[in-house]
Amino acid sequence: MFGFLLRRLAVLIPTFIGVSIIAFAFIRLLPGDPVALLSGERVMSPERHAQISAQLGLDRPMVVQYLDYLGGVVTGDFGTSIVSKTPILKQFLALFPATVELSLCAIIIAVALGIPAGVIAAIKRGSAVDQSMMGIALVGYSMPIFWWGLLLIILFSGILQWTPVSGRISLMFYFKPVTGFMLIDSLLSAQKGAFSSAVSHLILPSIVLATIPLAVIARQTRSAMLEVLSEDYIRTARAKGLSPFRVVGLHALRNAMIPVITTIGLQIGVMLAGAILTETIFSWPGIGKWMVDSVFRRDYPVIQGGLLLIAAIIMIVNLIVDLLYGLVNPRIRH
Amino acid sequence: MAEATKTETVSSAALRRQMLSEFWFYFSENRGAVIGLVVFIALVIVAVFAPLIAPHSPFEQYRDAVLVPPAWLQGGRATYLLGTDAVGRDILSRLIYGAQYSLFIGLFVTTLSLTGGILVGLIAGYYRGWVDTVIMRLMDIILAFPSLLLALVLVAILGPSLTNGMIAIALTLQPHFVRLTRAAVMAEKTRDYVTAARISGAGPFRLMFRTILPNCTAPLIVQATLSFSNAILDAAALGFLGMGAQPPAPEWGTMLAEAREFILRAWWVVTFPGLAILITVLAINLMGDGLRDALDPKMKRS
Repeated sequence: MFGFLLRRLAVLIPTFIGVSIIAFAFIRLLPGDPVALLSGERVMSPERHAQISAQLGLDRPMVVQYLDYLGGVVTGDFGTSIVSKTPILKQFLALFPATVELSLCAIIIAVALGIPAGVIAAIKRGSAVDQSMMGIALVGYSMPIFWWGLLLIILFSGILQWTPVSGRISLMFYFKPVTGFMLIDSLLSAQKGAFSSAVSHLILPSIVLATIPLAVIARQTRSAMLEVLSEDYIRTARAKGLSPFRVVGLHALRNAMIPVITTIGLQIGVMLAGAILTETIFSWPGIGKWMVDSVFRRDYPVIQGGLLLIAAIIMIVNLIVDLLYGLVNPRIRH
Repeated sequence: MAEATKTETVSSAALRRQMLSEFWFYFSENRGAVIGLVVFIALVIVAVFAPLIAPHSPFEQYRDAVLVPPAWLQGGRATYLLGTDAVGRDILSRLIYGAQYSLFIGLFVTTLSLTGGILVGLIAGYYRGWVDTVIMRLMDIILAFPSLLLALVLVAILGPSLTNGMIAIALTLQPHFVRLTRAAVMAEKTRDYVTAARISGAGPFRLMFRTILPNCTAPLIVQATLSFSNAILDAAALGFLGMGAQPPAPEWGTMLAEAREFILRAWWVVTFPGLAILITVLAINLMGDGLRDALDPKMKRS
């Protein structure tokens, strides 16, 4: 197992270095003067230009600049935002809990509904239940989620007026973030109505973000179950006279879950990287909206640092998924 | 003797025909796939004959008809079947012309990422060694970013336009084709028929493209359908974020972006473009499922 971990790391480190080169190169590839882009000042005198260039270290050779940047990244210095003048890592850490909270709620919805749906569809293969469930799953899988979010806003926020349109909590509540998770913080604050306000803000974005993973998990659970249910050991278990519930629940589901767990892990990785569309539609102050806003504000240091942080999260989550997979399925280790 | 040679030569064409009819047998058994195919053909017809079908120009702004609801609602007019948008353009006509955009996006992006992916994948799988290592690390790097975010940043660098959006999306979809092709090539390369072809003097190009590639097509076709629908979804998402096709283009995602501020006043400007995207993507995915089942020997109940 340790050798397996080492082999994975041996692949991961060059990939991370490659990612950092790409993120670093992006800004240099931009049309225009990097000094103007990185300082955010459009018009400046030659003296000011030289001063900023020296200040930002842009007058040095490219390789030195890159190594300097990489050195900063390793020690947690991802640079400073042009717009807000605050360190990028600090911004990221302040926004990340919002993305984690949303992602966790979405993945709980997706797993809690997707796995039972897939199992039922597999057991009742070919029936009306199977066909309608898989039909719905395919619609969910094909859904343009930015439109789906708008539809839910029209229905629940517009017509029924059940939920608010945007944000994490009503503006009338204010308390210091303790954990960064609004659901926990609102409970800790002990303000009346704060928790229900947080829940009502969270529910629509969670549903929207859960839609595609839910469909993917349901489809994959079904096909994994179908494969496992045709195996000899299931026939043996049935022939032994075990109850159908025991056969499906214990023998089949446990083996069918192996590929599904990988999918869930990969979905979590993508979600933690920030749900660009969901966060934009609901003005959810997380990583995805931060990146989109930075793209529009042309805040290049943030785009650069954000890309790197996001790629790092995805790679770390994927590594954990790989290791878990190796634990569950010893065959993969070699 | 002469007769035996004759049947030999016929059998190659006959075999192909038989394979095709077998494929159609399994594909047509899947009701969803056939429905998807019919809808897709209808969309192609709509896109090709858009100027004949559309009742109005997609750009003409009827100043006397701003935000007119669909014809069957109170206040609706028969000439604007699905209503008009905030500047008085006919939504149905814009949707019809939008089909041209979406199908072209799907075709262009899929062709680009498919040819690029096959080329790179063939090289990686055939030559192995350091070439393979470099290529696959590069693909890992692309895959380390969420595809829509990468496309968004690329478009921000290249400048927001539909062409740049399509190139960016093609780049994010390409690694899947590279991986598939490489895996298939590596599996096929050691087979006897490839060795036989090499011994008879076939060069690397002939081996790669004529001998090996035709035997790796099934997974590539399935992946191509997936890419087609992904490309449409991602391009619409870029348009929705303002980084894809630019207004006044009647691209469905861009239409949604323009309609966003009216969602609580005029539901139809938001509902129909999204529905068009959903129906198109759904039809392609239905076909994709059918193709996968028909081409995957494991799924066949022979």
